[in-house]
Amino acid sequence: MNAKLILENGMSFEGKAFGAPVSTSGEVVFNTGMVGYPEALTDPSYYGQILTFTYPLIGNYGVPQETEEDITKRRWESPRIQAFGFIISNLSDVHSHWDADMSLDEWLKKEGIPGITGIDTRALTKVLRESGTMLGKIVVNDQDVDFYDPNKDLLIEKVTVKEPIEHGEGDKNILLLDFGCKNSIIANVVKRGFKVIQVPYNYDYSNIKYDGIVLSSGPGDPAQYIFMKDKINAFMKERKPMLGICLGHQLLALSSGAKTYKLGYGHRSQNQPVIDRLSSRAYVTTQNHGYAVDTKTIPSGWISWFENLNDGTNEGLWHKNLPILSTQFHPEAMPGPVDTGFVFDEFKRCF
Amino acid sequence: MTKKIKKVVILGSAAIKIGEAGEFDYSGSQAIKALKEEGVKTILINPNIATIQTSDYLADKVYLLPVTVEFVEKILKKENPDGILLSFGGQTALNCGLELYDQGILKKHGIKVLGTPVETIRNTEDREKFNNSLNEIQVKYPKSKAVGSVEEAHAFAEEIGYPVMLRIAYALGGLGSGVCRNKKQLIDRAGKAFSYTTQILIEEWLGGWKEVEYEVVRDKYDNCITVCNMENVDPLGIHTGESIVVAPSQTLSNSEYHKLREIGIRVIRHLGVVGECNIQYALDPFSEDYRVIEVNARLSRSSALASKATGYPLAFIAAKLGMGYGLHELSNAITETSAFFEPALDYIVVKMPRWDLKKFRNVSRRIGSAMKSVGEVMAIGRNFEETLQKAIRMLGTGAKGLVANEKFVTASLEDSLTKPSDERLFAVVDAFKQGYSIDWVYDLTKIDVWFLNKIKNVVDVCLRLNDGETLDEELLLTAKKMGYSDEQLAVVTQKDEEEIYKMRQEANIHPFIKQIDTVAAEYPAKTNYLYLTYEGIEDDYTEKHRDAAIILGGGPYRIGSSVEFDWCCVIAGKTVRESGKTAIMINCNPETVSTDYDEFDALFFEELTFETVREIYNKVDPEGFILSMGGQIPNNLAVRLHENGLRILGTETKYIDRAENRSHFSAMLDDLEIKQPKWKALTDTASALKFSSNVGYPVLIRPSYVLSGAAMAVATGDTELKKFLQAAADVSKEYPVVISKFYENAKELEFDAVAQDGKIICYAISEHVENAGVHSGDATLVLPPQRTYFETERQIRKTSAKIAKNLNINGPFNIQYIAKNNEVRVIECNLRASRSFPFVSKTLNKNFIEIATKVILGKKQEKIRIPLYDYEYVAVKAPQFSFTRLRGADPATGVEMSSTGEVACLGDNFHEAFIKALISVGFKFPVKSILISSGPVESKAELLDGIKALSDMGTSIYATGGTSDFLKKHDVPNKMLYWPLDEKQPGVVEYLKKGSIDLVINIPKNYNEDELTNDYTIRRTAVDYAVPLITNRQVAMRLFEALPKTTIDSLKIKSWDEYKV
Ligand SMILES: Nc1ncnc2c1ncn2[C@@H]1O[C@H](COP(=O)(O)OP(=O)(O)O)[C@@H](O)[C@H]1O
Ligand SMILES: Nc1ncnc2c1ncn2[C@@H]1O[C@H](COP(=O)(O)OP(=O)(O)O)[C@@H](O)[C@H]1O
Ligand SMILES: [Mg+2]
Ligand SMILES: [Mg+2]
Repeated sequence: MNAKLILENGMSFEGKAFGAPVSTSGEVVFNTGMVGYPEALTDPSYYGQILTFTYPLIGNYGVPQETEEDITKRRWESPRIQAFGFIISNLSDVHSHWDADMSLDEWLKKEGIPGITGIDTRALTKVLRESGTMLGKIVVNDQDVDFYDPNKDLLIEKVTVKEPIEHGEGDKNILLLDFGCKNSIIANVVKRGFKVIQVPYNYDYSNIKYDGIVLSSGPGDPAQYIFMKDKINAFMKERKPMLGICLGHQLLALSSGAKTYKLGYGHRSQNQPVIDRLSSRAYVTTQNHGYAVDTKTIPSGWISWFENLNDGTNEGLWHKNLPILSTQFHPEAMPGPVDTGFVFDEFKRCF
Repeated sequence: MTKKIKKVVILGSAAIKIGEAGEFDYSGSQAIKALKEEGVKTILINPNIATIQTSDYLADKVYLLPVTVEFVEKILKKENPDGILLSFGGQTALNCGLELYDQGILKKHGIKVLGTPVETIRNTEDREKFNNSLNEIQVKYPKSKAVGSVEEAHAFAEEIGYPVMLRIAYALGGLGSGVCRNKKQLIDRAGKAFSYTTQILIEEWLGGWKEVEYEVVRDKYDNCITVCNMENVDPLGIHTGESIVVAPSQTLSNSEYHKLREIGIRVIRHLGVVGECNIQYALDPFSEDYRVIEVNARLSRSSALASKATGYPLAFIAAKLGMGYGLHELSNAITETSAFFEPALDYIVVKMPRWDLKKFRNVSRRIGSAMKSVGEVMAIGRNFEETLQKAIRMLGTGAKGLVANEKFVTASLEDSLTKPSDERLFAVVDAFKQGYSIDWVYDLTKIDVWFLNKIKNVVDVCLRLNDGETLDEELLLTAKKMGYSDEQLAVVTQKDEEEIYKMRQEANIHPFIKQIDTVAAEYPAKTNYLYLTYEGIEDDYTEKHRDAAIILGGGPYRIGSSVEFDWCCVIAGKTVRESGKTAIMINCNPETVSTDYDEFDALFFEELTFETVREIYNKVDPEGFILSMGGQIPNNLAVRLHENGLRILGTETKYIDRAENRSHFSAMLDDLEIKQPKWKALTDTASALKFSSNVGYPVLIRPSYVLSGAAMAVATGDTELKKFLQAAADVSKEYPVVISKFYENAKELEFDAVAQDGKIICYAISEHVENAGVHSGDATLVLPPQRTYFETERQIRKTSAKIAKNLNINGPFNIQYIAKNNEVRVIECNLRASRSFPFVSKTLNKNFIEIATKVILGKKQEKIRIPLYDYEYVAVKAPQFSFTRLRGADPATGVEMSSTGEVACLGDNFHEAFIKALISVGFKFPVKSILISSGPVESKAELLDGIKALSDMGTSIYATGGTSDFLKKHDVPNKMLYWPLDEKQPGVVEYLKKGSIDLVINIPKNYNEDELTNDYTIRRTAVDYAVPLITNRQVAMRLFEALPKTTIDSLKIKSWDEYKV
């Protein structure tokens, strides 16, 4: 079945449809990771976006079934595919892996998500990296659809949990504000002996007893969510340990008075080098963000914990006298390198 | 930064051999560049004169001397450097370095080992220590035990049960390793192994598991990255050097990929590597269970491959880390972002080994855990089908891809699938053609279903066309995307290649140029490191260069074409750039310096086929091609490129053809009244027999248009002749078989030169030590000639001048002569650089290639006089054989080339240079005991005086029956040893096994193929037990003359420039 990828700038790419035979639209983004399409597609940060993988051969090892009760064993990052569409160069016609239950194509069909293959993803990526944001649509069978700009919506509303969920066991409770959290963030905290209470970002937690807070990752422009400021500042006053990841990191920064800005070239890869300014050790990290905290605006109370070795942008914060830390990158990885799991140990050490 | 390091010695890997090829020229050259950038004085020890690293413009000083403890220590004394690099010269350098360390030599001279500490190296090389350190960090490795004797080995094998894997410490290329399925195999293998090692490892056999490798880099601050991972298509049990390898891994999930990555980093940190290393895993195909197979704490074949596959300059960075830098302090030259990062690929890379097993008599074609391949190619594409088919063509073995090849013949398909050989891939293809299922093939090969399916995809297209489906635009595009070449499609559809090309032009189906940028386009990059693919819609590289010279490289290293042509290509590129023009390289060999993208203005990592180079030509619109640097592959394209109107620089094509085409060439020689061996091109046996008896046996049989004497042979009589005619027939049908009179006891000489407008600008004459009959590639060369009549040289000069004039040569050329009682005859003439160009250029200190390139670019050159008789030194080039690795092969030289590499050493006289060269290729010195079986009576007589001299100086002489009697008769004391077949004691074989013999002289009775089993057994045993072997009478005589005149101290420690006049 033929399909077209059409960008808001008028460019159009011919390809073949796979997955669900429906058209879709959203913001077109890319990721240069060479593995981890199941993890990426289920990452709520991609909600409303059409994801391009620059690695050309996709679907090789199929998709594992998600049946796990225990969050520390889950293979997906959320219960469903969050991306609105999937753009690749070459869909593998067979998959081969002991852990696979279905092919990528079957999975997208099941989840009602369209994919387009046969695209020159390198040519596309060169366009995307230059344009700050680019809306686009996958048109299947000429059923046209309108462009959709997810950044106009309150995305966290769409991806946050509806009701509080408890994970794991432990004598200390962690309140996790869900802006579109990835399972492995929760898993990493649970694995360190905490009980995690995952609540909607706007939940009234006044009668929940908690000992620490996690601000999760999630989709969208952080500046949109400035209304979280008071809540987060309230947390700070409580002087409880707090960990922010990606969007959580940005909100923490904004709340304490720093500014965020759109990057010239977003970080959309699993090979982003960061340096720990406290230990001057470097690590390879997974990243997926177009906005960054402006180092010049970081308030005096904070140390710029991590910095990006490529463009010097801020990658993490550590409060000078409060047990509060945050990272722009994803210490939980999934997909990507697991070098920075120690960030969760640091968080634990805050108790 | 360790500031005090001002002067560093770098150990090279000496001659190219199986398991140690050009990759170490690449890593050594990078290291030298990196150190020079730091203002460090670099001193290179490497007798491999054909390498780029031994060029005068790289290291500050070059010692063309053996990489052995004795020589290196003397050099260290003389130079007293601050540091030494051990990890850039393969296992040769590493082992030498470890010995220097153990003997306290480095300590004594206060020399620091830069990069990975020796203790770490030890912990990776000594399997027992290695396993212990893995234990300390709970990392799994195969159940195994290091043992010191055959008995121990057997005991442990019984304990864990057969089959078991036998491996050897401090070896590379899996030397001597392999699966032992029963006690007998074990005892045999272990016995041989202990002849060159004191420790072997018996371990649990994991055949069939996935084999995965990671390239890991660590700095002294403990920063650690994995630059690339690779998956072997052939599962565990087949050496990574023998496997088809893809990068990045294709069948690993995110959690598997990062689990192995994390383990790799943990292991390397624990071991404390500083620089680059390689870790190999076995991964269970049915779970996440794994084993660590080994760590190579040095640059390796895989790291060269990884550098080319990713664009990340591993060797360069490793050298910087050795100087004390941190990864985060260095930057990625391509994107100018940090060097602390892991490249993201947006393409797939396929590496394929090149074997030359067909060249060797009685050698087993089976492949396994020991290396037999002599080289490799790397293909880049956007899908596996395309990339694999490219790789197959790049091998230059005649295969057109997966399909459309000469019929694959096998006794039993099942066998050729279960018992891997160099042709297994084609057995897989055959299975699919015959309609067998993927699962069936999987069960027999354990090759992952993902790969098998892709192979089947290619076969299916072929079957569709066979079933008469028409090749319309859509199918044509599909086929091209699956890597079908026009030629392949032509064969399948019974059209001719040009028709297919026309169809493509009409449909406007052409490949696109994509760029390798290490970041998958996330950021802009500015390298011109390029490849072609049909999966795309735009070119990354759109420049046109009317001033560009496109230089065609040499393709994979193989017997007959090796690093010497890479040197020519690199020098040519350098010269083109220095003359202000654009230099573009096309090559596909990851073991080379010519595939370093910064050596040229643009590098196309691509096929050297007509189709591909034409596509590139059309995109770039260059001034023209340079075909005379990369050996025979480019040379063979000349006529076709010219006929299609593509511009070629240098000697006109019609003359290239006149030289390459024997009858044209010989007609010309006749006109010029130049002598040549009587010959005739023949197409049927009857006339062949008639011709041969007329000129008189022996005769030489040879197909034209081949390098390295493929399928050449000498026939001493009718029966042999008949036999060879069949063999020759299936080498090259297009060209008739040529039979020429074979001259015995004749001298052979090389004439290497550069001419402009038919006038010779510079030349060199080198003489062979061996008589004609030993392929020039296997011959020992001497420059300036020591035993050639002045008259002979004069005739050679005159003759060569005539030929140059008549072929109006513009560029490099090589003529081979045989001389007998002052009559010279021309054997052949190649209008291209030859194997010996680096040798003569470096020996005479005149860069023939630089001069040739200027000529090709049309720059007027003055005639250069080279006053040979003023040279105060002699250079000797000696061949390196790799017979040890080619189980069963008969280690005797003949008209077929069989050496894999070469070295050359300089000396104040022939003897000194000769002995140095022999030591460089593994001869023991001094020689205390020698075994002689001197073959035909004339050679017995000839060798007598030499043997006398040796015995007088106290060398113990052993001899086989006839020789022993002969020596006794001439009262040379000697001990008789029985022939193998006699099965009596004292026997030759036992003495060789005992290691009580330093050198074996075994002169074959004649050139003819079916050797007496006795001689064969002696030669083979010598090789299997690492005893130096000489099978040529002239070499033996020269050696007998040299030994008495030489002591260790008479072998001078002089650097190359100390010889320069
Ligand atoms: N335990 C084993 N079972 C089966 N095959 C093995 C085992 N160990 C090694 N091999 C095979 O032997 C090859 C050579 O072993 P390796 O330790 O890598 O030696 P080398 O130093 O020559 O690379 C490997 O590439 C692998 O395919
Ligand atoms: N007529 C001959 N008489 C004796 N030896 C010969 C003759 N022709 C060739 N040879 C030997 O065979 C070798 C290979 O022959 P050559 O034509 O050079 O093949 P190639 O093209 O592979 O270099 C030569 O180096 C020489 O030693
Ligand atoms: Mg290995
Ligand atoms: Mg020759």
